[in-house]
Amino acid sequence: MISFERVSKRYPEGHDALREVSFDIARDDLVFLTGHSGAGKSTLMRLIMLMDRPTRGKVVVDGRDLSTVSNRRIPGHRRQIGVVFQNHQLLFDRNVFDNVALPLVISGYDHREVGRRVRAALDKVGLLKRERAMPVTLSGGEQQRVGIARAVVGRPKILLADEPTGNLDPELSAEIMQLFESFSQVGVTVLIASHDLALISRLRHRILTLREGRLVTGGLL
Amino acid sequence: MSRARSDRPRGEGASLSRARMADQYRAWLRHHRLSAAESLQRVLERPFSSLMTWLVIGIALALPVGLSVTLDNAAELSARWESPTQISLFLHTDVDAAAAAELAQALERSAEVAQVHLVSRDDALAEFGALSGFAEVLAELDDNPLPNLLLVTPAPRLDQDAVRTLRDNLDKRDKVDEAVLDMQWLQRLNSLMDLGRRMVMAVGALLLVGVILILGNTIRLAIENRRDEIVIVKLVGGSNPFVRRPFLYTGLWYGVGGGLVAGLVVNAALWYLQGPVGELARLYQSGFELRGPGIMGVLNLVIIGGLLGLAGAWLAVSRHLAAIVPR
Ligand SMILES: Nc1ncnc2c1ncn2[C@@H]1O[C@H](COP(=O)(O)OP(=O)(O)OP(=O)(O)O)[C@@H](O)[C@H]1O
Ligand SMILES: [Mg+2]
Repeated sequence: MISFERVSKRYPEGHDALREVSFDIARDDLVFLTGHSGAGKSTLMRLIMLMDRPTRGKVVVDGRDLSTVSNRRIPGHRRQIGVVFQNHQLLFDRNVFDNVALPLVISGYDHREVGRRVRAALDKVGLLKRERAMPVTLSGGEQQRVGIARAVVGRPKILLADEPTGNLDPELSAEIMQLFESFSQVGVTVLIASHDLALISRLRHRILTLREGRLVTGGLL
Repeated sequence: MSRARSDRPRGEGASLSRARMADQYRAWLRHHRLSAAESLQRVLERPFSSLMTWLVIGIALALPVGLSVTLDNAAELSARWESPTQISLFLHTDVDAAAAAELAQALERSAEVAQVHLVSRDDALAEFGALSGFAEVLAELDDNPLPNLLLVTPAPRLDQDAVRTLRDNLDKRDKVDEAVLDMQWLQRLNSLMDLGRRMVMAVGALLLVGVILILGNTIRLAIENRRDEIVIVKLVGGSNPFVRRPFLYTGLWYGVGGGLVAGLVVNAALWYLQGPVGELARLYQSGFELRGPGIMGVLNLVIIGGLLGLAGAWLAVSRHLAAIVPR
């Protein structure tokens, strides 16, 4: 579903964030991505959702070489991917419900369908009672869960989560991981970046480890 | 789309894609409604700054409209001017009063002539004497030096060219020494009005450009204010048209409001002038009344305002939205 072939990314400032990274993730896989801070985890995810293009190498998502996706087609590409951002990226002048509804509104779902799906997603992250709350009135962990609900509400083919449990206590983290696992069981490809080695090693999924932009475990040989 | 069709039984593929198109159309319509409502709400949420924008646009639109309404009224007034043109026929001095009267009657029968008034040389001399105070001096004269004069009013349906041709024809008649057309003042008025109209056009064009720029700037600020939101919408797959739509509607609402204000301003000014103008018209025993832009004029203003709003928003959106990319 997601494959990288010798992908390198050099930022304009001259920093090599990814070097010759190659791996393959199958359709209903759940894969963890780990590595020290600054190793290139977020950069890798940015390439998958076309927030950036690689300097060298080929990224293929759902059978399509991303270098063939024109800028005009990027929104359509992003609608197939649910993303939990490291910095949440919530709309602070809209309430929880409207934040979670955003992908559905963009895809043009009708009113009733939006309400149904948003409540189902909020229920899954345990925020059903807070749908009218504004994001600023929520704790860091609650904001993170709003971001998770927004990522899953559109039933994407691919789910990318950048430190989705960074602000959550162990119990809640485990619950959220279970939620991601349940998605991969229904055929969603899930890629989760996380520092929490204790948690992810317990879950027995493939782990990709980056070190200074190089993939050191879990990639192709 | 063509591949999808060849993969499936023909009929099913076609109906599926039609259903999808209908769905997409509904979604598109839904987002238009949503954007229109949300941007209107945003505009109304800040009544003071929105009112300022409306006033600026309204006044900029009202100026050229007000001027052109004034010109229209002036044109109406000059058209109503009684006997706008007159041809003075100075007859040869050897044409006597009887011959002059005969000519007057003959001319009056012509279709091109509405009326002929004979000023006989004796009357003219008496009048001239009375007016100039030289009556005694004139009485001393053996011979009346003045010719008989016919004042010819052309038929009202004749335009300026026809009147000029009529003058040329009259000038060629035997008994006529000289035919003089008294319409220079009218020509001057007309060319003044023409000049005025051109100036209104020029000022109007400048102000329209100004309105577009003002709106463009207002929308640019709105885009700046909502930069984070735009980034997020783009991150979760909002297309450029999707992001653009609410801003275009914002421009539309500002423009429509400005058009309404312009209509109000022009009508208020007319209402304010109606009294004095009516008074003046009564003094001149004329039925003249000020004519405003009317309901259709206000509607046109609103439409023009809306179009300008869209144009301004488009300008801002096309320049600034593409530059906002998620980082
Ligand atoms: N937009 C950018 N411009 C320039 N350099 C960047 C940019 N984004 C990231 N980098 C650099 O690229 C490297 C990898 O960054 P990245 O954000 O991918 O790390 P990360 O693994 O996600 O780290 P963390 O765990 O702290 O989130 C870092 O050294 C960073 O300084
Ligand atoms: Mg990161």
